[in-house]
Amino acid sequence: MLRIEGLSKRYRAGVPVLRGITLEVPAGQVVGVIGPSGAGKSTLIRCINRLVEPTTGRVSLKDIDITALSRRRLRQARRRIGMIFQEFALVERLSVMENVLSGRLGYVPFWRSFTRRFPQADIEAAFALLDRVGLSDFADQRADALSGGQRQRVGIARALEQNPDMLLVDEPTASLDPRTARQIMRLIREICEERGLLALINIHDVLLAQQFVQRIVGLRGGEIVFDGPPAGLNEAALTRIYGEEDWTAMRRAADDAPETGEERSEERMAGLI
Amino acid sequence: MPVPAGAGRPVWQHRSTRARLAGWFGWLMFVALFVLCWQVMTKDTIWSFVLDAPQQAADIGSRMVPPRWSYLDRLWWPLWDTLNIATLGTLLGTVIAVPVAFLAAGNTTPSRLALRPLALLVIASSRSINSLIWALLLVTIIGPGVLAGIVAIGFRSIGFVGKLLYEAIEEIDAGAVEAIEATGASRWQVIDYAIVPQILPAFAGIAVFRWDINVREATVLGLVGAGGIGLQLQASLNVLAWPQVTMIFLLILATVVLSELISAKVRHAII
Repeated sequence: MLRIEGLSKRYRAGVPVLRGITLEVPAGQVVGVIGPSGAGKSTLIRCINRLVEPTTGRVSLKDIDITALSRRRLRQARRRIGMIFQEFALVERLSVMENVLSGRLGYVPFWRSFTRRFPQADIEAAFALLDRVGLSDFADQRADALSGGQRQRVGIARALEQNPDMLLVDEPTASLDPRTARQIMRLIREICEERGLLALINIHDVLLAQQFVQRIVGLRGGEIVFDGPPAGLNEAALTRIYGEEDWTAMRRAADDAPETGEERSEERMAGLI
Repeated sequence: MPVPAGAGRPVWQHRSTRARLAGWFGWLMFVALFVLCWQVMTKDTIWSFVLDAPQQAADIGSRMVPPRWSYLDRLWWPLWDTLNIATLGTLLGTVIAVPVAFLAAGNTTPSRLALRPLALLVIASSRSINSLIWALLLVTIIGPGVLAGIVAIGFRSIGFVGKLLYEAIEEIDAGAVEAIEATGASRWQVIDYAIVPQILPAFAGIAVFRWDINVREATVLGLVGAGGIGLQLQASLNVLAWPQVTMIFLLILATVVLSELISAKVRHAII
């Protein structure tokens, strides 16, 4: 389980990006973090694995205080925290397999990773994951040969190759078309259920968030202004997070275009679900 | 740019009147400086020499043709030396330049305050001294010959390769680096997995480009005794053997064209 206490972040001589975030997420829960651009969503998840050093506050995962770890111990802690990015953040010139195997870098010594001789168990796990995300035939392709949706699947496989306890997901669908975005969100949600993973998902699309997460945290100006189940995200809550807007119209438009059963069966045939 | 309202409608101009006047004034100063420099430069020119330059050029030209083709037999060995100086020098320079570039790049340097300025100083000092001058120095230190040429080319290449490479390192996609760091990878693993693949095409292009330049530079190193075809050029010039000079020029031209072709092909294949 993840516990964040009084987390604040202020970049040099600027206004604070995060102000005293306190949040507790039980194991296996999938949380969507929503909020306007600049609300501190990306900074929040980067403070958890200390890609960004928090100014004050504590972050602990399974009773390990991550904020107090030395560099060496931090690397060990990061192995159990998978991360998925908006722009996929693959190494474009490496093969899909190398990208997935890079999820094991924290576990293997430098020479093995340098000569690309990973333990057989890691390679088998990578093949199984590629199969799970529907990319079994792409292991030897270069990452830059893939489409956006395929790249994000490689990103997911890389994060899972770490055998993580938790996923940090930063805008996984912002660079994808609406259909692919839904497929990716569904994949992430299913994988979290299969493995009992805790996940923190930054997401812009409120409707997508409502459909695929169990709990929603709304951030505004670096503070939590909403925390509850997706169903509790009413007009008042949306206004509190984003400001004044005709939210009823947004919902009505969404209701007019519901997801069809046909779409789902197509995806199933393509091996995407 | 302010948008003043004129005739009741907003008016947009790319520059304000003041900025336009400043621009014209800048051009005026530039022309004035050019005229002044021209006067300073030509103060010591003896114009009668300049006026008969066409005759002089025609005279030397007539002595230079036809090239002495038989001289070619004695040029193959020096040409081989020249190519070796260029290739080994590039290798030496590149091997030293890679770590220097990693120390100099803002995103990979282990210490911004100590090592980065030091690496930048190495790059700047290597770049500020021409290969010919490096050769001049090295011939007095390690004696005349091919070795001095190789080291001279190598020293000059450190700065060139180092500078272009550290700029390439600074331009990489930080997202991939962040992603690899997030897996718990060590510093060396991050370099190996996230940085090296991204700079490899640039690195190969830079190295081949520098080799191509070095072939040209190596042809003149002989002038100061650092081996290669320049020695023959020097000897032929000293005895006013113009047809031999022409022969050397032709051979250098052919070599340079060839090296340019090779480097273009290699770069195309990599990128």
